[in-house]
Amino acid sequence: MRLTLRQRQVLWAYAFLSIALVFFVIIRWYPALLSFNIAFRDWNTFKGAGPWVGLENYAAIWDDLWKPRSDVRAAFTNTLGYVLYGVPAQMVLALAVALLLDRIRVLSTLFRVAYFAPYVTSAVAVAFVWNWLYLPQTGLLAQVFDLLRIPEQPFTKSPDQALASIAAVAVWQTLGYSVIIYLAGIKQIPATYYEAARIDGAAGARLFQHITLPLLNPVIVYLTVLSTISFLRLFALVQNMSPQGTGGPLKSTTTVVLEVYRKGFSSYDMGYAAALTVVLFFVILLITVVQLRFLTRRFEY
Amino acid sequence: MSTLASSGGTLTASGSGRLGRWGIQGVTYALLSVGALMMVTPFLWMLITSFKPAPELVEFAWLPKSPTLANYERVLTTSNFTRWYFNSIVVALFSTTCVVLFDSLVGYTLCKFEFPGKNLIFLGMLATLMVPTEMLIIPWFDMSVRWSWNTGLAQYWGIAFPGVITAAGVFLMRQFFNGVPNDLLDAARMDGMSEFGIWAKIGVPLTLAAMAALAIFNFIGNWNAYLWPLIVASERAYYTLPVGLSFFRGESTTEWEKIMTAASLASLPLLCVFLVFQRYIIAGVALTGLKG
Repeated sequence: MRLTLRQRQVLWAYAFLSIALVFFVIIRWYPALLSFNIAFRDWNTFKGAGPWVGLENYAAIWDDLWKPRSDVRAAFTNTLGYVLYGVPAQMVLALAVALLLDRIRVLSTLFRVAYFAPYVTSAVAVAFVWNWLYLPQTGLLAQVFDLLRIPEQPFTKSPDQALASIAAVAVWQTLGYSVIIYLAGIKQIPATYYEAARIDGAAGARLFQHITLPLLNPVIVYLTVLSTISFLRLFALVQNMSPQGTGGPLKSTTTVVLEVYRKGFSSYDMGYAAALTVVLFFVILLITVVQLRFLTRRFEY
Repeated sequence: MSTLASSGGTLTASGSGRLGRWGIQGVTYALLSVGALMMVTPFLWMLITSFKPAPELVEFAWLPKSPTLANYERVLTTSNFTRWYFNSIVVALFSTTCVVLFDSLVGYTLCKFEFPGKNLIFLGMLATLMVPTEMLIIPWFDMSVRWSWNTGLAQYWGIAFPGVITAAGVFLMRQFFNGVPNDLLDAARMDGMSEFGIWAKIGVPLTLAAMAALAIFNFIGNWNAYLWPLIVASERAYYTLPVGLSFFRGESTTEWEKIMTAASLASLPLLCVFLVFQRYIIAGVALTGLKG
């Protein structure tokens, strides 16, 4: 039997896609659906599939959310805290660095490398380096504070400062990525816009307010979403910067993903952990959808 | 094109003049240097600490008085560090090789072939980008236990399997194959080249730059992957570097010179890769990020 050219093309296409199709069905789609299923069950990590319990796991999460001292309540409020501290700090600092970098030519590559280096470093290594820097008395920061006659700070040792201290490290680690994206966005603004505005007598802050900021708006929205999602998924830093990796002191640093890990792999309650990940999924989905609406909105310049 | 800096003073009668511009440049460099110092100092401090003998840690001194390699010797000989290096290299190289080949082949097929179900397949792959890894780890763990991917040699596959094909990479390669002219592929077809040969001998060489970017990003991502390897690797001998490093701290809580040596060992290879390829990595971030 002879095949037409078109039939041969279809066969080749499916041959090329075969492994990828199997991969996406078994490794991506099936597990995604399975996690919805697990969330509806009383599923122990080692006993495997348990009985269907309907919305019980979600009800348990809801109950825990309103218990004053529960891990999950702490996880959700802390995660919100990381987002509220981290995202604005990251957006503002990265924009400032990008604007400064845009003004220089000499040494520009060196600066970019310096700001980007933490981004390619393992979060575990970063966590340990900062544990060492934050250490009371012998830590570098304690020594520098001592030289400057600033009172010693407990950083990650105190429930009041631990969350902000870890959020600061997260900003430190991912700042370079935002800087590079901002820079690329700034370079795309046509120079003629600035020239025209200068002829009209605008300068300095007004150029920034009326040209740079509005034209960067899509980049700002995109980066805000990206960094919000990355703060919502915070895990490695917190696990390696809190005592025994439990999100302490006094649960002050624990996050949703850390609780997923602890419920699923220390308490072996997979059903509850899976329900937590489903909640996380819908939060991220909501943010992404809102972003798409913002990005497709037309702006008048 | 430093648009803000090129104020030029020609159109606006800037009273500050040349001196003012020098001043602004000076402040710009000063601010950037302070920031860069804050980015680099933690790395330097990590390295410096790793060369210090333990008693020197409590004194405040920038440089070690009697620098030593003893910490490196102890960390490398008394823990499984060399094994973890080997594991990380195996996993990162395997995943990266798979990603580059499959993402390219799939991106090529979705760009250059016409067949029923094409859009559905493409959308089906892109939709997986919406699902965060955290939601998949529990089912993946269940599957890994069921199929014994979490014991013995199978742990390599267990650690690597989530990353052997990536939807983002497929999307990236498909975009790049748009730039490869169809005439070129048709000409090869006329000459009787097989479809696989056309991809391998014409498609791949024309998209090498994109493949290189994809390879570097995936290598970095796999090298630093933490949550999933932490869950699936059940035996110490099969930990990757970040997982091993995390357990290593538990065993040497207060020996900071050892912990910093271990952290240096874990992060230096990748920092070197970054320094060598920094131009491509930074350009790649700007390119893929803006398309995002």
